[in-house]
Amino acid sequence: MRAARALAAAGLALAFTLGLSGCGEEQHVTVYQQGKYKGKPDSPPWDSPQWGGKEAQWEQAINRRTLNQSEYTRAGQGG
Amino acid sequence: MARMKFICDVNRCIECNGCVTACKNANDVPWGVNRRRVVTINDGVPGERSVSVACMHCSDAPCMAVCPVDCFFRQEDGVVLHDKDLCIGCGYCFYACPFGAPQFPQAGAFGLRGKMDKCTFCSGGPETNNSAEEFAKYGANRIAEGKLPACAEMCSTKALLGGDGDVIADIYRQRVFVRGKGSEVWGWATAYGPPKGQPAPAPQPGGKS
Repeated sequence: MRAARALAAAGLALAFTLGLSGCGEEQHVTVYQQGKYKGKPDSPPWDSPQWGGKEAQWEQAINRRTLNQSEYTRAGQGG
Repeated sequence: MARMKFICDVNRCIECNGCVTACKNANDVPWGVNRRRVVTINDGVPGERSVSVACMHCSDAPCMAVCPVDCFFRQEDGVVLHDKDLCIGCGYCFYACPFGAPQFPQAGAFGLRGKMDKCTFCSGGPETNNSAEEFAKYGANRIAEGKLPACAEMCSTKALLGGDGDVIADIYRQRVFVRGKGSEVWGWATAYGPPKGQPAPAPQPGGKS
C-alpha cells in the first residue's frame, strides 16, 4: 500500500515536472546561414588563349575601354 | 581588381532601347526574356526620365541569399553569376531581387526547363571562357575578350556606363561637375565614396535642375 502510494507520488511528480517543462521558453527563431556556392568553378576572364593568364594585360584593356566611355577624356577637353 | 558596376545617367538616357537590343543580340536572348529593359517615369509628361535597368550585381545580393540550391557565386571582379546546371527555377531570386533582374523563360535554348536567366555583365558563366557551351547557356563572354558589356558600349548617348565602379563613378562625377547638377540623382558619394583626399564636388549654383 505504501509502496503504491510512493509510486503514485513519484508518478505525479514526474508528470508535474514534464508538464511544467512544456511551458519553458525556447528559442523558436531559425538561424539563417549563408550558403556556399555548390556549382561548377568558374575561370577568371584572363584565363583564355587571348590573354594567356596575364591578368595585368586584361585589366589594362578593360580599363582603356572603361575610360573611353567618357567623351571628355576622348576629346581631350576635360582631362 | 576592378569592381564591375553599371551606372545609368538618367539625364542622358533618351529611351532609345539600344541597350536592350544590343543585349538581346549579343547574348542571343530568346523571346520573353529581358535581361535589360528601359523604365520611364512620368512617360509623356515634360521632365520624364528614363533609366536602363538590369542586374546590378549587388555587393550583398539578395538572390544569392535566398537561393535554396546555392547556385549563385560572385566573381573576383564583383559580377554575380549563377550555375544553370544547378538552378531549379524555383523563382525565389525573382521575388528577392529589387530590380526584377531574374527572368524565367518558358522555351528555347536558354530554358527548356525554366531555368533562371539574367544579365551576366557579358561575363558568360561557369563554363570554359568563350566556349560554345558557355554561349548556349549564358550568352557572350565579352569581358574575357577585354571588352565591356554590349549594352554599355552600344549606348549612343553614353548614358549607360559599365566597368570598374570607381572609374565610371569618376566619369559620372565629371559630367555632374561640368553640367553643375545631377549628383543628387544617384548619390555616387554614398555608393562609392569621394575620391581619396578629395571632397565630393558640390552642385554648382545656377545649374539647371
